[in-house]
Parts: sequence; C-alpha cells; structure tokens
Amino acid sequence: MNDPLTIYQYVALALIVLGVLFDLSGCVGLVRLPDVYNRIQASTKCVVLGTTLILLGAVIWLATPQVIIKGLICILFILITSSTAAHALSRAAHRSGVPLDSRSVVDRYAEDRAASATGEEDAL
Amino acid sequence: MITVDWLFPALILGLLMCCGFCLYRIANGPTAADRMVAIDILGTVVVGFVAIMMVLSGKAYLLDVALVWALVSFVATLALAKYLVGKRLDE
Repeated sequence: MNDPLTIYQYVALALIVLGVLFDLSGCVGLVRLPDVYNRIQASTKCVVLGTTLILLGAVIWLATPQVIIKGLICILFILITSSTAAHALSRAAHRSGVPLDSRSVVDRYAEDRAASATGEEDAL
Repeated sequence: MITVDWLFPALILGLLMCCGFCLYRIANGPTAADRMVAIDILGTVVVGFVAIMMVLSGKAYLLDVALVWALVSFVATLALAKYLVGKRLDE
C-alpha cells in the first residue's frame, strides 16, 4: 500500500468510502426510525446503494476480466433481489397485522384490501 | 504521494458499526418483522464487507463468496416473509 496510487485506485477508493457512508446512514435509519415500514424503506434503499458502490469500487480496483464480469453480475443481482425481498417483507408484515406508527397519516394498502375484499388470499 | 494506510481500518470500523446497528435491531426489535428486516440488511452489509476484504487481500475468489452470500440471503428473506404470513413453504 506504499506505492503511489493510480487514478483508477483513487476513483475506487472514493466509491468505496461513499458506499460505506451510505451503509452507515441506512443502518442508523434502521435503529432510529419508529416502525417497520419506515425501517424497511430507509435501510433497504441506503444499504443497497451503499453495497453497490462498494462492489463497484472493488471491481474498479481489481479490474481483471473475471472480477469485472462477476462483480457486475453481483451488482445486478443485489439491485434486483434486495428490492424484491423488501417488497415481500413489507407485504408480509402488513398482512400479518404489524401496526403502523401512530403518527402515520395514510394506509393505501389497507384501503385497497378493504375495497376489494373478495375473501380469498392471493399468493404472496 | 498520499498514503491510505489509515483508510481501510476506518472503513472496516464503519461496516462493523453497521453490523452492530443491525444486531441491536435483531436483539430488541419489537416485532418479528423488525428482526427479519434487520437480518436482510445484515446480509447485504456483509456482501459489502466481503468486497472490502477482496480489495484488501487482492484475492478474486472472495467475489464468489459475496455472490453466494447474496443469493442465500435473498432466499432466506423470502422464506421468512412466507413464514410471517403463516403460509407453508411449498405452496
């Protein structure tokens, strides 16, 4: 680490530091916010962006063809699956009756479910 | 020439703080859904941790670890979400 860094390594370091800052803000949101849905939206968005930036920095730092292909696949995979998992979790939390915070003002999903109360449950 | 010897320990400390926040939420989340959200986020943070470890050690196979970790974390979160609404896993 005592060699002078190239410009690519400076870019990679900047991306990694930015990613760690995003991760930290997302996890602070996970601790500080009042109910499940707030925690899901804050922490998922920040942590997905932070981890994507860290992976992008690592790919730029190492920059071999193998690492580039696998890293881009990993980034795409995280972008798709984390949002899917957060959607499934919030839907499951709402269906299992986790209450909203008392300061919440609107609950569109409960209104939709009450409006279209067909009786059968569709798949998760 | 700028030396960055202090930078990677600071980054690792930051990610350890992330893991600590997630573990706090797992330990005393009021509902089960809070714990599941924290487990999901912890899995994503660990993927970033493995990426930083890959930069530090220069070993490219750690990216495979990150990829498999993301896969297993996704499947585990979906299974937990199905368990939360009281459905069986095979329907």
